[in-house]
Amino acid sequence: MLKINNLHVSIDNKEILKGFSLEVNKGEIHAIMGPNGTGKSTLGNVLAGKEGYVITEGTIEFDGKNLLELEAHERAQAGLFLAFQYPIEIPGVSNANFLKASINEIRKSKGEEPMPPNEFLKMMREKMELVEMKKDFISRAVNQGFSGGEKKRNEIFQMAMLNPKLAVLDETDSGLDIDAMRIVANGVNKLHNSENAFIVITHYQRLLDYIIPDFVHVMYDGRIVKTGDKSLALELEEKGYEEFELIK
Amino acid sequence: MNEQDAILDEVVNSEYKYGFVTNIEQEQAPKGLNEDIIRFISAKKEEPEWMLEWRLKAYREWLKMTEPKWANVHYPKVDFQDVIYYSAPKPKKELSSLDEVDPELLKTFEKLGISLDEQKRLSGVAVDVVFDSVSVKTTFQEALKERGIIFCSMSEAIRNHSDLVKKYIGTVVPQKDNFYAALNSAVFSDGSFCYIPKGVRCPMELSTYFRINSAGSGQFERTLLIADEGAYVSYLEGCTAPQRDENQLHAAVVELIALDNAEIKYSTVQNWYPGDKEGKGGIYNFVTKRGICKGNNAKISWTQVETGSAVTWKYPSCILAGDNSIGEFYSVAVTNHYQQADTGTKMIHIGKNTKSRIVSKGISAGKSQNSYRGLVKIHKKAENARNFSQCDSLLMGDQCGAHTFPYIEVSNNNSKVEHEATTSKIGEDMLFYFQQRGIDEETAVAMIVNGFCKEVMDHLPMEFAVEARKLLEISLEGSVG
Ligand SMILES: Nc1ncnc2c1ncn2[C@@H]1O[C@H](COP(=O)(O)OP(=O)(O)OP(=O)(O)O)[C@@H](O)[C@H]1O
Ligand SMILES: [Mg+2]
Repeated sequence: MLKINNLHVSIDNKEILKGFSLEVNKGEIHAIMGPNGTGKSTLGNVLAGKEGYVITEGTIEFDGKNLLELEAHERAQAGLFLAFQYPIEIPGVSNANFLKASINEIRKSKGEEPMPPNEFLKMMREKMELVEMKKDFISRAVNQGFSGGEKKRNEIFQMAMLNPKLAVLDETDSGLDIDAMRIVANGVNKLHNSENAFIVITHYQRLLDYIIPDFVHVMYDGRIVKTGDKSLALELEEKGYEEFELIK
Repeated sequence: MNEQDAILDEVVNSEYKYGFVTNIEQEQAPKGLNEDIIRFISAKKEEPEWMLEWRLKAYREWLKMTEPKWANVHYPKVDFQDVIYYSAPKPKKELSSLDEVDPELLKTFEKLGISLDEQKRLSGVAVDVVFDSVSVKTTFQEALKERGIIFCSMSEAIRNHSDLVKKYIGTVVPQKDNFYAALNSAVFSDGSFCYIPKGVRCPMELSTYFRINSAGSGQFERTLLIADEGAYVSYLEGCTAPQRDENQLHAAVVELIALDNAEIKYSTVQNWYPGDKEGKGGIYNFVTKRGICKGNNAKISWTQVETGSAVTWKYPSCILAGDNSIGEFYSVAVTNHYQQADTGTKMIHIGKNTKSRIVSKGISAGKSQNSYRGLVKIHKKAENARNFSQCDSLLMGDQCGAHTFPYIEVSNNNSKVEHEATTSKIGEDMLFYFQQRGIDEETAVAMIVNGFCKEVMDHLPMEFAVEARKLLEISLEGSVG
């Protein structure tokens, strides 16, 4: 589903991703761990098509398409979802309006009619239950005045509504209490099926007790330096990233 | 069928009875301003003697005044002797079809959803007989007449309702109120006059069909609206279609008078030419708008959507003289490119238990500057007065500016004044968030702007709100990213 090959990315003439390669197939869950500033969020942003990054080398293929040729909104319409590390507040636009526009724009790109309002409301109720959102949330402005944890849960809620092919979760577990983390993990597990895939960026192996990854990658200095299974996360938690210092 | 529809229907389905349009003789005064020019204007309009004296008095005051400099706007000095102060309406060159019209203009019309017939009229193409504005106007006027409502041009009012005009003109905005008001008082060209008699509710939005006729009297407009005891009127001025004018200087005056239990709702959509992307050209719009709640329990509500003009200087205000009277100001001001707007309101509380509400939404894009300037003044006698002000600014990009200048003066200790202000910015991160959810940039901006302005737009007459919303989107097109 996703093939990243030898990706080099710079920002302000500073190289951040230095030959990053990764292949993700349908049905897989990949975890990426790595120290602060190593380029994990950069990877998410580049995948999602944020401006300001210069891709100097490498290719990204998504669902058989050259991802780099698509604009940001087209990538989302193609089924790529990014749960932001720092979700943005949007004053004046309610969650309901935001999601309605999102769903209908995606449908429009596929030549489909807008979703009937009652169907939309029903789905909204269902998915809110999934992530245990408060009722008044629908009419509140997107993320405005939300607590840190609520913002993260809202990302998962949006993901559940949009049902993407590939979701990149950028530290969605950071700042969550134990209960909230379970809710988020539960949301991911319910959505996970043989047709979609997840890339879970995290600093804590604890999340991986709830979301069981097929692969764990260690990212260091802009590329993947080691790949293993779930036990690699435990190992990292114990030893830290020191051993990779040498590679640099 | 409601009355408005019924009348339109009648006009549309009746045969055209008015024959050909006669050519208006072209005449204009020489450039510059002096007492002779004012006499010339007054004579042209066949005004009574008192009106001429009134104009001259204003002119003499104006000579003693200087242009105000306190607003947060900058523009080259206007040479007031280089202006033509009287010019009879020129018949526009008639085009035979829309093919001859500037395609850019047509594109804008289309986006605004303006009907083909109105498109033709606005761009000077010969219009279909049934949509001829004169016949619509005449028929509407008869419906108003039945109720004793007077609604006509200012010039007609001065000739035919001299007593009413004399009684009220200048009572809210005196001749020497400010530099531009004095200039307007001396040379005002035309405008609208409206009188709603006691206990009468005006059955239609005054304007929806009348705005058709407003073109051409824009430079020194003078409007006077009187709602007698218990009367109600909703008045709408302006037009969402882009308005060009060869006259760069505009100085209008609007006076509203609400007597006991009367209510006036005044809505404006202002879309004068703002100049090009480099900031060349564009209208200087120096407006004095003020209403007085003269009677008890009176209410005046201003709603404005301002997207045009190179420079705007405008503070629609309410004097709350009657006890329990209410003043409201709902405003959206958009500036883009090199536009400058200094706008806001004054709420002067004099009567007891008076209330005012101010909701101002400023949107700045490009290299523009957008200022809110508001005064809430509570006199000693205005016991238990209340004011609530909300001033929000939305910035698009890093090169524009938003400024808020609230002035609050309270002279008693049982009144309450609340002021809230916020500033937010549509940044790349916010747009990226939308895009990441499949919503393109243009739609994202429209959603943010609509959300931001909703409270004000909700106060516009319904069918107009739709057009105004589209106008906002067009004014801000391409201003991010
Ligand atoms: N706009 C920018 N200009 C310059 N450097 C930048 C910019 N954005 C990111 N960087 C740098 O790129 C590097 C990678 O940042 P990134 O946010 O991808 O790290 P991360 O792995 O997600 O870290 P964390 O675990 O703290 O979230 C950092 O050194 C950061 O300072
Ligand atoms: Mg990060």
